[in-house]
Amino acid sequence: MMAKWVRSAGLPVIAMALAALAAPPRAGADELRIGFLAPVTGPLAQIATDMTNGFKMYLEDNKSDFHGASVKLIVADTQAKPAAAVLQAEKLIKQDHVDMLIGGVLASTGYALAPVSTREKVLYISSIAASDDLTQRDADKYPYFVRTGWSSSQPSHPFGEWACQNGIKKVVTIAADYAFGYEVVGGFQKTFEACGGKIVQKLWPPINTSDFSPYVSAIKPDSDAVFILAAGGVGPLQLPRQLQQAGIIPQKRLIGSGTSFDEFVLPQMGDEVIGAVSPLQWSAALQTPEAMAFVKEYRAKYGKVPSYFSESNYTTALMIDDVMKETQGKWPGSEEFIKKLTALKINAPRGPVSFDDLRNPVQNIYIRKVEKTELDGYPDAELWNVVSKTYPNVSQFWTLNKADYLKDPVYSRDYPPCKNCE
Amino acid sequence: MSRPLKMLSVTALLLAVVVVTPHTTPFLLMLATRIMILAILAMSLDLLLGFTGIASLGHAAFLGLGAYLTAILAVRYHFGLGWDFWLVVFFGILLGAVTAALFAVFALRARGVYFLMITLALSQCVWGLAYRWDSLTGGDNGLNLPSRPVFGTIQLGNDTAYFYLVFAFFALSLLLLYVFVESPLGRSLVGIREHETRMRILGYNVWLHKYIAFIVSGAFAGLAGVLWAHVSSEVSPEDVTLTTSVDALLMVVLGGPGTLVGGVLGAVIVLFLREYLSTLVPWWPYVLGGMYVAIISYLPDGLLAIGARWRRAPAVAAASVAGSAQGPTRSNKLEINQGGIE
Repeated sequence: MMAKWVRSAGLPVIAMALAALAAPPRAGADELRIGFLAPVTGPLAQIATDMTNGFKMYLEDNKSDFHGASVKLIVADTQAKPAAAVLQAEKLIKQDHVDMLIGGVLASTGYALAPVSTREKVLYISSIAASDDLTQRDADKYPYFVRTGWSSSQPSHPFGEWACQNGIKKVVTIAADYAFGYEVVGGFQKTFEACGGKIVQKLWPPINTSDFSPYVSAIKPDSDAVFILAAGGVGPLQLPRQLQQAGIIPQKRLIGSGTSFDEFVLPQMGDEVIGAVSPLQWSAALQTPEAMAFVKEYRAKYGKVPSYFSESNYTTALMIDDVMKETQGKWPGSEEFIKKLTALKINAPRGPVSFDDLRNPVQNIYIRKVEKTELDGYPDAELWNVVSKTYPNVSQFWTLNKADYLKDPVYSRDYPPCKNCE
Repeated sequence: MSRPLKMLSVTALLLAVVVVTPHTTPFLLMLATRIMILAILAMSLDLLLGFTGIASLGHAAFLGLGAYLTAILAVRYHFGLGWDFWLVVFFGILLGAVTAALFAVFALRARGVYFLMITLALSQCVWGLAYRWDSLTGGDNGLNLPSRPVFGTIQLGNDTAYFYLVFAFFALSLLLLYVFVESPLGRSLVGIREHETRMRILGYNVWLHKYIAFIVSGAFAGLAGVLWAHVSSEVSPEDVTLTTSVDALLMVVLGGPGTLVGGVLGAVIVLFLREYLSTLVPWWPYVLGGMYVAIISYLPDGLLAIGARWRRAPAVAAASVAGSAQGPTRSNKLEINQGGIE
């Protein structure tokens, strides 16, 4: 009987002893240690691959040498769970002594990691997690937080105006029932209604919904466009298909969040999405030299068209490299690094990017229309987000007054209120 | 191994953990803190699964209630960040117990797989509240606690200090649960697990016994929730999902149901593989999955039964050679749970 206890108890003790031995030493002077948090396992594993591939491509292009600093990238698995993300982030900071954290996908992960950065005084760069308030109403709480991606409602603001100027009058929204959905729809509603459009119905299917028939059949006939945002699992593929089966599209126009038709899902989509219009700071169909070179290299390397998840992380690496150029490869400390980072003006694959005073990017927003076409010299006709209009240098507040904007509550299920629903 | 020897070795092991862990790496210290909290949850579930013979698939609900209570009080009312933390602990335990008392009224009407389904449904209600009641729970974004409690000069924001606090709760929970299962009440729970009808004929109020077990279990799970809220200073609906309930169930099954320490061992294995192995290799889920399958196939009584199984192997072989129709005398808890459906 004793043997059983010794065996069962011995295992963790031995493991702990081994782990203690394996603790890495502190970073050398010319080493830049980067902790990269991505949902490597779990429902968002494919997104994690796109993210890490984007970042790694830049590292490989530059042989992991940022102007004298050799970059050590440590990828940690958040499992798409906030609690796991916090544990891994603290491990990266306290044990691996990283100089900065990058990553996080879901808003909940962003919200969980931002306080860690404040607590530990370590820079956290959010390349994907887009929750508005992290760089708006809560920006003061998180001085070590910088966004290199976007805020959720940033593309929605110009898109609302575009929709109302392009013949769309009454819109039904079907968006995933969580903060990202509220913010994307809320931003659209604000500018769309300000210029005379009407949101006539808002439907909120839960995140991870795979069968949308109850929502599709509830769509008001008296509308001329459907705005979609599905999240998780097969939802993004299923929703347009079910809209087509129900005869809603192409009878009504299909519009949506940029993520709904992002290159991350676009190749798997059917012809029902042709003609769908959405806004984002990236499109793989951009015809600028930077974007075309990026798409070509990425596609040759990883066999797929880069999504915004890839571009955003590639650009993040590019920005870090640019700061290291200024410091000649020396780590200047978090505060100084943030100052230099947010003062950058760069030409990324997505176009020119600078930062506002709340540490959110100011960048082009592209209105993209899905078309089946041959592009960039690839042999087959494929679905591409062909850019139909560019809104240059869009800040997270668009043309709205920043002070007034911040006085309003953050977009939610009930804000802005739906005045024209029934 | 005799009972005093068992208790002695558990005590020695606990002492070793509390002395050694703070001198290892920061990551191991944080991991050990999480393991002990989830071990409290696993032990509370073991009270139902291992001792009473009813498997609940909704234990995340009690953890979630404790965690959300702590977070809501801290964020909305700045309550529980000083000495009043002890009140929060009390409220968390109370909330777990009261909710369990309420849930049990519905759940205990069913048995076996139906009991599983009802507990699952009830815990999904809690998840639904956490997810949809934005104004209170922050919805999908969750809640960020401002800080860990401060007692005078002791700051729990320090990971080592929090480790000691969690350790104290963990050791106390283990002791109290041990006393409970060794009490006459605990022994009659085992009686119910082994043969419910016989216990009923003997005049025991089976329903009441199960009801009490459920409440005690909910109380400890609520305590785990209070500690969980402060461990990563955030609470989100992810903590209340089915996955958390299943994890707790797996911990108990892996370690050995009906042993209390089995749940602790299970928590060590699951968290260690998940959080530690994931820093080393991307294929860690296969290791975890393989381990689940192997243990459930070859050690249905959990890892703690490994010694007993090795010793029994020759005896079983001899018995089958002798043509004995009796088979192994070991009681298989999984079969008994199945038996509950009859």
